[in-house]
Amino acid sequence: MIPLQKIHSRFVPLEMENVDTDQIIPARFLKATTRDGFGKNLFRDWRYENNDETKPKADFVLNQSQFSGEILVAGKNFGCGSSREHAAWALQDYGFKAVVSSFFADIFKNNALNNGVVPVKVSDEFLAKIFALGNEATISIDIDKQTITLDASGLQETFEINTYKKTCLLNGYDDIDYLIANKQAIEAYEEKQV
Amino acid sequence: MAKTLFDKIWDKHTVQKIEDGPSVLYIDKHFIHEVTSPQAFNGIEKRGLKVFRPQQVVATADHNVPTINQHLPIKDELSRLQVQQLIENCKKHHIELYGLGHPFQGIVHVIGPELGVTQPGMTIVCGDSHTSTHGAFGAVAFGIGTSEVEMVFASQCLLQTKPKVMRINIEGELHNGVLSKDIILYIIAQITASGATGYFVEYAGSAIRSLSMEARMTICNMSIEMGARGGMIAPDETTFAYMKGRQFAPGNGLWEKKVAEWKELYTDADAVFDHEININASDIQPMITYGTNPGLGIAINGHIPVTDTIPDEGERNNIIKALKYMGLESGKSLLGMPVQHVFIGSCTNSRIEDLRLVASLVKGRKKNENVQVMIVPGSQQVARQATAEGLDKIFKEAGFEIRQAGCSACLGMNEDKIPAGEYCISTSNRNFEGRQGAGARTLLASPLTAAAAAITGVVTDVRELI
Repeated sequence: MIPLQKIHSRFVPLEMENVDTDQIIPARFLKATTRDGFGKNLFRDWRYENNDETKPKADFVLNQSQFSGEILVAGKNFGCGSSREHAAWALQDYGFKAVVSSFFADIFKNNALNNGVVPVKVSDEFLAKIFALGNEATISIDIDKQTITLDASGLQETFEINTYKKTCLLNGYDDIDYLIANKQAIEAYEEKQV
Repeated sequence: MAKTLFDKIWDKHTVQKIEDGPSVLYIDKHFIHEVTSPQAFNGIEKRGLKVFRPQQVVATADHNVPTINQHLPIKDELSRLQVQQLIENCKKHHIELYGLGHPFQGIVHVIGPELGVTQPGMTIVCGDSHTSTHGAFGAVAFGIGTSEVEMVFASQCLLQTKPKVMRINIEGELHNGVLSKDIILYIIAQITASGATGYFVEYAGSAIRSLSMEARMTICNMSIEMGARGGMIAPDETTFAYMKGRQFAPGNGLWEKKVAEWKELYTDADAVFDHEININASDIQPMITYGTNPGLGIAINGHIPVTDTIPDEGERNNIIKALKYMGLESGKSLLGMPVQHVFIGSCTNSRIEDLRLVASLVKGRKKNENVQVMIVPGSQQVARQATAEGLDKIFKEAGFEIRQAGCSACLGMNEDKIPAGEYCISTSNRNFEGRQGAGARTLLASPLTAAAAAITGVVTDVRELI
């Protein structure tokens, strides 16, 4: 994983609750055997009429040129449903480094963290303040300090991330490195069970 | 100290705990399928690693497979390649594969239990959110992402943060015509699609104890639909009777010893849960969903909520958006509404008992001419059993189309899809937008409610046909 310390960017507002992973990446795109190229199918059926790339839906936020950035802001219960990690791959491949919401589904949260996409959980009030911002506004996310700041007003909240995962993000470590380094303990555990 | 069932299993499988971080959790059984495993195999190969404990991995092909003519090559090229990749990966890494054509092939969450691979007290994972199904045996079973599949390949362990624990007690007797699918749809409608996020759920109470293993699996299967990492039920005599003699269940000599161990798997009387919910079984009616998440459900004889009266703006907008997609109106009843498709299948409701229930209702009846009915057994074993019992004849006489084992029309990934704009009463687990095919409109219900609609062609209270 690439180390990630700070994100400073405009944001894309997706003012919807219960965005499930079938919307983030529909099942018909899960036939690949690599992790690459999922970004073009991110939110596929919300983005295009009849699955036709020449017919973008004007009312969908990814098709509105006034919105852009590395931060996706969405309503509560983001990433519910299927465990498909392809959802995190699609967001990352599209260019998002963080998703901000007031509530994340558990499996999605793990999948995002395992791919260097930071799930930033904020209060409902803070989320409403972000949605009320203009499209030029920028947001700063500091992973080490665990803060999210609305740059214009200076309004700030802290977010949760455990020390272990934070270290992984900041340094680009992943869980497999950790587990392999601890193989002796795992084998010792196995021997005890017999 | 008094412990919950979940804590007993979790603690026993904790290899170590990282300070202010996750635990290293040992995984007993790892199920894999073609969709969420290829990138994980690539990952360990890139690192120069082998699968650490291949004997603890079981593979099948289910999501991508066609459900007719399974003896022929898969038509869709990408699907064929993905299934082929699984075959090669399993061969290379010495993993047992129950692929297409194998007598044990089927939906991963159907075959694990029916083969006796799934056992009480185990930790079980799979790159599939409905892995919660296996919790019906008193196992800690949950869905994982592909990076986590790679972790288990590499180390037979996962780094996991311990979830909170919730108990849902369902006491009393169920009404006639109410199945375990109705219980879980009722619970999700009560607590919403995110009501158990962050929790592992134990289902308890007399109504749960009275259920068969297959009915229990349906409940645990949909735990993820309220956001729970998993759901579980303490093993009991029903569990042991179901397991005894199954292919990979402990054999003679070991059986008594294992049963004695499994009998210790229960929540201690004074154990404390982070949250507890009590439900009266007699409050539950046959259920149906009207919206685009499994929490948007009502009693079959109830009404869609009146959107104007929903106080929370976010929730109101959600339901308005869902009704627009579904082509349904606020405040209306669904009874009598025509449906074009009935799908009986999926890891939620494709087991032999589901098929028996459907057969009991449709025997001697014919499907409505305006409905297409697809019935898809969860596994080759279920299909063989159905034939042995003559259920296939009942379905054929009723005009149902019987298919071969697979995930089928649950997820719009293989050939079986519902056309845009049309309604499908489905025994599956998700009614998300486009889940059964782009633009498809899904109404989730029990196998009996689905069978009733197959006969009448409209949304029907099955109690009128019993």
